[in-house]
Amino acid sequence: MAVLNVNPTRMELTRLKKQLTTAVRGHKLLKDKRDELMRQYLDLIRENKNLRREVEREVQIANSHFVRASSVMSKQALDTALLAPKQEAYLTVDTKNVMSVDIPVFSVTTRTSEASDIYSYGFASTSFELDDAVDKVSKLLPKMLRLAEIEKSTSRMAAEIEKTRRRVNALEHVMIPRYRETIRMITMKLEENDRSSRARLMKVKDMMVKQTIENHKSNPELI
Amino acid sequence: MVKIAFFGDRESIKGFAAVGINICPCDDLSQAKTQFKKLCSGDYGIIYITEELAAELSQEIAEFDEKFLPAIIPLPGVKNNNGIGEDRLRASVEKAVGSDIIFNK
Repeated sequence: MAVLNVNPTRMELTRLKKQLTTAVRGHKLLKDKRDELMRQYLDLIRENKNLRREVEREVQIANSHFVRASSVMSKQALDTALLAPKQEAYLTVDTKNVMSVDIPVFSVTTRTSEASDIYSYGFASTSFELDDAVDKVSKLLPKMLRLAEIEKSTSRMAAEIEKTRRRVNALEHVMIPRYRETIRMITMKLEENDRSSRARLMKVKDMMVKQTIENHKSNPELI
Repeated sequence: MVKIAFFGDRESIKGFAAVGINICPCDDLSQAKTQFKKLCSGDYGIIYITEELAAELSQEIAEFDEKFLPAIIPLPGVKNNNGIGEDRLRASVEKAVGSDIIFNK
């Protein structure tokens, strides 16, 4: 593991130790975030899967109703019946924050509150197949909204999980070992300096003692 | 207040106009890209798209995956369905978990 390029001083050592504790704490927090995100994501994606299958099946049923309607009505009649809708749907978008991921919450408001306003045509000139189809679609709408909501949430959460996981791994396998290694390197260097200066001092002391003894031997009156 | 749109071939989407969804018909695949870009820059919160067109525009759709709005949701149309909606879910699971543990395909 590469060691950071720093001077082996006491000041660097305290700085690095502080950084290491921050990194360890950050790692723990991010790991918790990742785990919680994953738990919620798995719940959502299961719901998403079931809902999607359901909606897809019902859309296909609605489509087959429309195809049946168009087979008993002329194309023009069908188009005039459908292409001037009375109803218009508006979305209000709220945000919900799940582990720092903003996910949308949709609620729909329609221009007219009358439920029967989905039929934008008179019943006289159209077939009952069309009524069936339109009814199916209007019942499907809440599910389609929920699907949009969930699908957006899962895709945003998946991106966030990936990002968090990369951060956790970078801290765990790169940053933290690098700090540890550098701290070890500095401690060893400092200890080595300590030992060498102590050895030097002992040597100097020895020399001084020897000198004094010699001085005494050559000049005993000095005592 | 934003609106909901349905983008796809005329046959598949006209029924959804009745419930107040804005339909945006596109029967010409070569026009799809420009129409889709215009739709995305418009005032829409959800854009449903038929699977046939979603397959054609998968790159453009991917750009919006991580954005907050609009949500782009593929749904089956009357023809040329290819299951791209479920494929997208599978890709998302693979991205988040590392391997597909939900669909097991």
